Amino acid sequence: MTEPLLQVSNLIQEFTVRDRGGVKTGVVHAVSDVSFELAPGETLGLVGETGSGKSTLARAILQAPPPKSGSVRLRGVELVGLKRQKLTEARRHMQMVFQDPFGSLDPKWRVHELVEEPLIAFKVGSRGQRRTRVDELLDLVGLDPSRFGERRPRELSGGQAQRVAIARALALDPALIICDEPVSSLDVLIRAQVLNLLERLRTELGLAYLFIAHDLALVKQVSDRVAVMYLGKLVEVGPPESLYREPLHPYTVALLASIPSPDPSAPRQPVAETIRGELPSPIDPPSGCRFRTRCPRAQDVCATEEPSMRKLANGHFAACHFPVGRDDAAAPVLGSTVASES
Amino acid sequence: MSANGLSPTGSEVQPLGDGGGVAPTGAPLLEIANLRVDFHQAGRLVRAVDGLTYAVPSARTVGLIGESGCGKTVSSRAIMGLLPASAHVTGSIRFEGQELVDLPERHMRSVRGGQIAMVFQDPSRSLNPTLRIGPQITEAIRLHTDLPKAAAHDRAVELMELVRLPAAHQRFRHYPHQLSGGMRQRVMIAIALAAEPKLLIADEATTALDVTTQAQIMELLRDLQQRLGMALIMISHDLGLAASFADEVLVMYAGRGVEHAPTRKLFEHVRMPYTRALLDAIPRLENAPHSPLAAVPGQPPDLAHEQVGCPFSPRCPNVTDKCREQAPPFKEQEPDHQWACWHPCGLDERV
Repeated sequence: MTEPLLQVSNLIQEFTVRDRGGVKTGVVHAVSDVSFELAPGETLGLVGETGSGKSTLARAILQAPPPKSGSVRLRGVELVGLKRQKLTEARRHMQMVFQDPFGSLDPKWRVHELVEEPLIAFKVGSRGQRRTRVDELLDLVGLDPSRFGERRPRELSGGQAQRVAIARALALDPALIICDEPVSSLDVLIRAQVLNLLERLRTELGLAYLFIAHDLALVKQVSDRVAVMYLGKLVEVGPPESLYREPLHPYTVALLASIPSPDPSAPRQPVAETIRGELPSPIDPPSGCRFRTRCPRAQDVCATEEPSMRKLANGHFAACHFPVGRDDAAAPVLGSTVASES
Repeated sequence: MSANGLSPTGSEVQPLGDGGGVAPTGAPLLEIANLRVDFHQAGRLVRAVDGLTYAVPSARTVGLIGESGCGKTVSSRAIMGLLPASAHVTGSIRFEGQELVDLPERHMRSVRGGQIAMVFQDPSRSLNPTLRIGPQITEAIRLHTDLPKAAAHDRAVELMELVRLPAAHQRFRHYPHQLSGGMRQRVMIAIALAAEPKLLIADEATTALDVTTQAQIMELLRDLQQRLGMALIMISHDLGLAASFADEVLVMYAGRGVEHAPTRKLFEHVRMPYTRALLDAIPRLENAPHSPLAAVPGQPPDLAHEQVGCPFSPRCPNVTDKCREQAPPFKEQEPDHQWACWHPCGLDERV
């Protein structure tokens, strides 16, 4: 395997909660000990629900704000602790696209100014070269520069605005784009257009994506590998072929059961059988396995021992004492200590 | 509307209506005919709903599906009489035979919230953040029934149990901010059910929620609909959700109905190319990674411009000159299956 483009190890991000008097009342464990790698040109889909810490993880990778501890290496360069100018320089290889395109585009600027801004910030080329580059970028994302260049964000539809945000992210030729729910606010047909655009850019420009979404079906469409996150921790990582066919973590099973099938005759497993209750607070996450309070398979050991990520199939990892479909092999006797490290 | 069938029998929850599993009989509960809603904005006429016709049988779920701006929300707000004064509503909305269009506000008030209730997308904006949730439910009960205060309190707890809010007694005194989004939506449903409505309109009621919560709330709504014998209009942009939970589906585009059929029939024999496009654009678990999605180009039309021909024609793969000149009629072209298209999928040998 070649050198990873992005290497995240033991990343921890926590926020202190204070009451009105400024007295510390708790710590939000937003991201707890997350590690993964991303190869050049690879897409890692990161799935989780609100409060799972997936957006915090993305921001911690970008050092905005920097994580509490852990390491983020981009092309071998450690980003954690990097000083301002060096960090800015390193970040040009890593760009971000957000869920709400209108929130990330200054409403007073024109489209060509928005796309040119990163080029100016990094002093790329002459004025004329930058103009040519902006036209190229707009063409690349499927917007006619002569029609859209002079418009302001409010004169764009949601899909067009997201294309502008993508053009802006591409301006500096990044190797990695972190997409945080890039199509969640778009209508179904526009969503398909933007997803196809992201796919085309990936093959044409050799981009790597960290693709964050809450929809497992959507993530499968774009990913080489999929990681499932729950309450600040990765619970399962694997290639789509095996993760979707043979999910190992009970949480992944619940997520899969929640997807409404566009086929009315498809059998449906009631979600109530796969998950119960509500997401616990990240201020006081459950002991042991964080999913145990909602898990239909939980046993005593899940409350006392935190399951570690282990390899259960080819390239397929899960952090669970009782992985689904592995009852015979992995389930320890109740009450005994788990010696399940492989 | 009286509060019959209410007995403060502790935790036992009584069904509110005539019991579950009511088969559709006779005249539909709600009949909408040739509904038009116009807005005058900055001197322009925007036709948000353009001649919509459909019916909701009692105790059935109708899925109203379409993209933003297709008129699904505006048409359902017209049912509730919740449109701003700038809206001009024509056509007919008959609920149990009573005409709701141009019904005076004081009569409308007994229908709205009483016989027809609505649940909105964003529960945090529909609840009063300064009041505990219990009193907010009790208020709705007292407004629509003549229950005394103590009985209304018991009834509120019953409703909270009905929508499966855990620990209803303790939750009664919680403020909205102390609840998760899914629990707040359960409170909204409890309030909507306070007056035992015959029709519940759920407007993107699960869109703002997480996937697992969305599935739980949809399962709850379907269960309540069956147990209480309520009719449900489910407004969504998600055909997948409709496939799983609706009895029949009406697809809307540019303010018009474009395809309407019982769910199974619709999904087995999609006729309107727009419905086909919506279905093909949904990422499916069966798809291989990196496979392209079938995406139709373009965007929905600007409703401020008068539309000539079929509104979908600029984006349609089956388009011909006829489509650009003449709007196809929306009518029953196969038993129980209406659509508006000159070149329907699977029937037109030319395509």
